[in-house]
Amino acid sequence: MRAYTIRRLLLVIPTVFLATLIIFIMMRLIPASIVDLMVAAGAGFGQPVEAKMSKPELEKELGLDVPIYTQYGRWIGVVPGADGSFNGILQGNLGVSLWDQQPVTDMLKERWPVTLELCGLALIIAVLVGLPIGIYSALQQDTMGDYIARSFSIAAMAVPGFWLATLVIVFPSIWWGYMPPIVYTPFTEDPIANLKQFILPALVLAGALSGIFMRTTRTMMLEVLRQDYIRTAWAKGLRERVVIIRHALKNALIPVVTMIGLNVPLLIGGEVIIEQIFCLPGMGRLILDATLSRDYPLVSGIMLLFAFGVVLINLIVDLSYGFLDPRVHYK
Amino acid sequence: MAFWTPGFIINNKEGKQKMENGVAHSSSGRVAERKRHSFLVEAAIRLVKEKPLGTVGLVITLLLLFTGIFADFLAPYGLNESHVADRLSPPSTTYWLGTDNLGRDVLSRVIFGARISVIVGLAATTISTLLATVEGIVSGYIGGKFDLIVQRFIDAWMSFPLLIFFMVLISYIGPGLWQIIIVLGIGVSISHSRLIRSAVVSVKENVYVAAAVAIGCPTSRILSRHILPNIMATIIVLFSVTVPWMVLMEASLSFLGFGIPPPAPSWGGMLSGQGRSYMFQAPGMAIWPGLALAIVVYGVNMFGDALRDILDPRLRGGMGRYGVRVKKESLNKK
Repeated sequence: MRAYTIRRLLLVIPTVFLATLIIFIMMRLIPASIVDLMVAAGAGFGQPVEAKMSKPELEKELGLDVPIYTQYGRWIGVVPGADGSFNGILQGNLGVSLWDQQPVTDMLKERWPVTLELCGLALIIAVLVGLPIGIYSALQQDTMGDYIARSFSIAAMAVPGFWLATLVIVFPSIWWGYMPPIVYTPFTEDPIANLKQFILPALVLAGALSGIFMRTTRTMMLEVLRQDYIRTAWAKGLRERVVIIRHALKNALIPVVTMIGLNVPLLIGGEVIIEQIFCLPGMGRLILDATLSRDYPLVSGIMLLFAFGVVLINLIVDLSYGFLDPRVHYK
Repeated sequence: MAFWTPGFIINNKEGKQKMENGVAHSSSGRVAERKRHSFLVEAAIRLVKEKPLGTVGLVITLLLLFTGIFADFLAPYGLNESHVADRLSPPSTTYWLGTDNLGRDVLSRVIFGARISVIVGLAATTISTLLATVEGIVSGYIGGKFDLIVQRFIDAWMSFPLLIFFMVLISYIGPGLWQIIIVLGIGVSISHSRLIRSAVVSVKENVYVAAAVAIGCPTSRILSRHILPNIMATIIVLFSVTVPWMVLMEASLSFLGFGIPPPAPSWGGMLSGQGRSYMFQAPGMAIWPGLALAIVVYGVNMFGDALRDILDPRLRGGMGRYGVRVKKESLNKK
């Protein structure tokens, strides 16, 4: 198991490497467009209007004049840049935003706590709601409680987050003149005001996820409850709690845990929308603006950070398989 | 009907036999007298008899298909027909759901929106499920180094939030219906192949697969006879989850402005853009497209759930795999 853990940890490296490759290829699919856009826009990019550059000059400035593999090497930080120094991801430098010339890392530093808090809260709410109801629903299969729980889970999955968020914004405003706060309060400044601001978006974000977890837990519990070893466990007179938690739930958890890992990207996707609607200054809003303005270094920086977070969670999920089900052999 | 995966068609004969066995058990003598329906009719009858919510789901699904196909005849007004004098009007007998900020009839636009959802939902899901099944079975069954490499690639792929991935890709290739379908279909299949693969890996551990290998069963037969039927539940559940998911994803993308461009009546797009600032005056604009979306996703999900219960007796309620009533057992314990 320890050997596996180490090997699995080492496998993070190629995964992150492949992720950077995918990001880079995606970002360079149409490399000319940003240059054209900038030339057309003329001024700007944090520089005075006189500094307007021609296309080749601009390409050189952005480092687009060298072959594509050199560009990739520079971005990663294994090939020296134009000035001969190594300055890439490995050195902790994600590049400079094209439009306001700010280092991407600085921009992300301000934003990531918002995103992490929102996603974390939503995930916790979703697991706390989804798992217990899913187990209950499987144990009470085809009873009234099961129907209500299933209807709730499917309803939770059916209601689109952005619609729910829109309703949450529009109707309280029409009825009571209530608007969610627009100014962001950091947790360190005022925890209560911060939580007040986050709880509504987090609940909206958790809705669909809790439905998914509920449904998966129920399906898997039903399958496991029909196995021989569960019948044996009942037959030898174990307490209900032991049978359900130790024998059934532990075996049903693998797909559920997989589902949690799988849904983190979905969570982040939903988070992009929710941040936009609730005016939270996180990475989701940043990447939306960056995509619209084609700020490639910023988009790739955020994608890389998201990808890294998801890789870490997938690592935890993979390691938990062996813990949850010793039959799964790692070779 | 369009909700069937090709795999299910392979499984068809077996399912029929299972079901006839079931009938024979429950009403032993009368089975010979009963008129034999085709598998489809049997399944439909059981759906209506046993799954009221699934039936509701089926009705919603059929209604969606119907609305999507006959939108031209059902909508009282044209797609972009503007009645400027009546803009932001509340629901009335002329405009059942009111009008939006450009004076367009909301009901007509919601009806036309169904068509977009039908096309995106079915086309993108079919592409993604087919690809995911092939990818998952190949990677899971071959295993070894190949599986390892493929899974690392999928790890990297899945570490991107798909929505952001789609946003960026669509900002390149430009928004549009077919762009969305292809991007959604391919993008989702790669992630979903992981689910199929994990099902294949766990089925592969079973003794009967080892037995099949031992008696010299060809790989194609092992895959189609031993692996595929046993991961069918996963595939069908996956398909049934994916259709509404695709509809939602298209709506989300359109909501963010990366979907089907504005004049087209995508439900997601109707909730965003310029209309948003008028929602406080005409709340109907905020309600109806989202409600249509929610009802459709709910209905298709319910139908998929019921379909799963009927098609896979192993996951079905009532008698379990060994004729043990799980529910009774757990109740007796109390």
